[in-house]
Amino acid sequence: MIPLTYMMSLSAIIFAIGVAGVIIRRNILVMFMSIELMLNAVNLTFIAIGSRLGSMDGQVIVFFVMTVAAAESAIGLGIIISTFRNRQTVHADELTLLRW
Amino acid sequence: MPPFLYIFLGALAIVSALGVIIQRNPIHSLLSLISTLLTIAILFIGEDAVVVGFLQIIVYAGAIMVLFLFVIWLLNLQVETGPTGHLALKAFGSLAAALLVTELFFVLAPPHLQVKFTREPVGYGSLASLAGKLFTDYLVAFEVTSVLLLAAVVGSIALARRLPVAEEQPQPRVVEKIAS
Repeated sequence: MIPLTYMMSLSAIIFAIGVAGVIIRRNILVMFMSIELMLNAVNLTFIAIGSRLGSMDGQVIVFFVMTVAAAESAIGLGIIISTFRNRQTVHADELTLLRW
Repeated sequence: MPPFLYIFLGALAIVSALGVIIQRNPIHSLLSLISTLLTIAILFIGEDAVVVGFLQIIVYAGAIMVLFLFVIWLLNLQVETGPTGHLALKAFGSLAAALLVTELFFVLAPPHLQVKFTREPVGYGSLASLAGKLFTDYLVAFEVTSVLLLAAVVGSIALARRLPVAEEQPQPRVVEKIAS
């Protein structure tokens, strides 16, 4: 079996790429995709540790994370569509209504 | 899972994850993201989480990503509009990511992480064991999840609904009529 450190390193790298994507990109859709990337990196740690502990709890948590991600993406894409209809943009720097 | 397969899949996952944030076209980002998700699903299956791996392919790569694709088509976003952030922002983002990786490496180094390795029981990762756990220990959470999904459906319909035109027009004023 692959050592646990390797799996954790892979998921740490993917998580950091997701963080960088949220910071760097200004397109709301791509920022949203980066959030999905981070969720998947965390799922990978759950599966890796769960399989080494011989417990099913990690897989159940991943199941719930997938459900929450589905709900989150439905709501988020609804917000993006509604924003685009009102402002004709998906560029995060142009949405300054709530900026102080 | 043999080590060379892990190395191949890990490299593929990292490269396609980088593709998500580097590509300028949102559709190319989305295709990179689907590739990452499929790679992670194969890693799940390699870690004896077969059911969750196939759920990842069906639910994530199948359903959620198609939802993203529909939104990209609907909003006609095939080309990137506007500048893609400042250079300082990019430098800050890369630095933050590098710091985060370094920190996580220190946290996840073997001496600190004490996981007691055990042999997996028979039938680990099967549909029966997942369902057994889901409908006994996690039954309340599972039922609450259905309420969450219902709320998400109602909320997304309410958010994306187009308001009737009659409501947006200002009502005729009654004050002028009284004044005349």
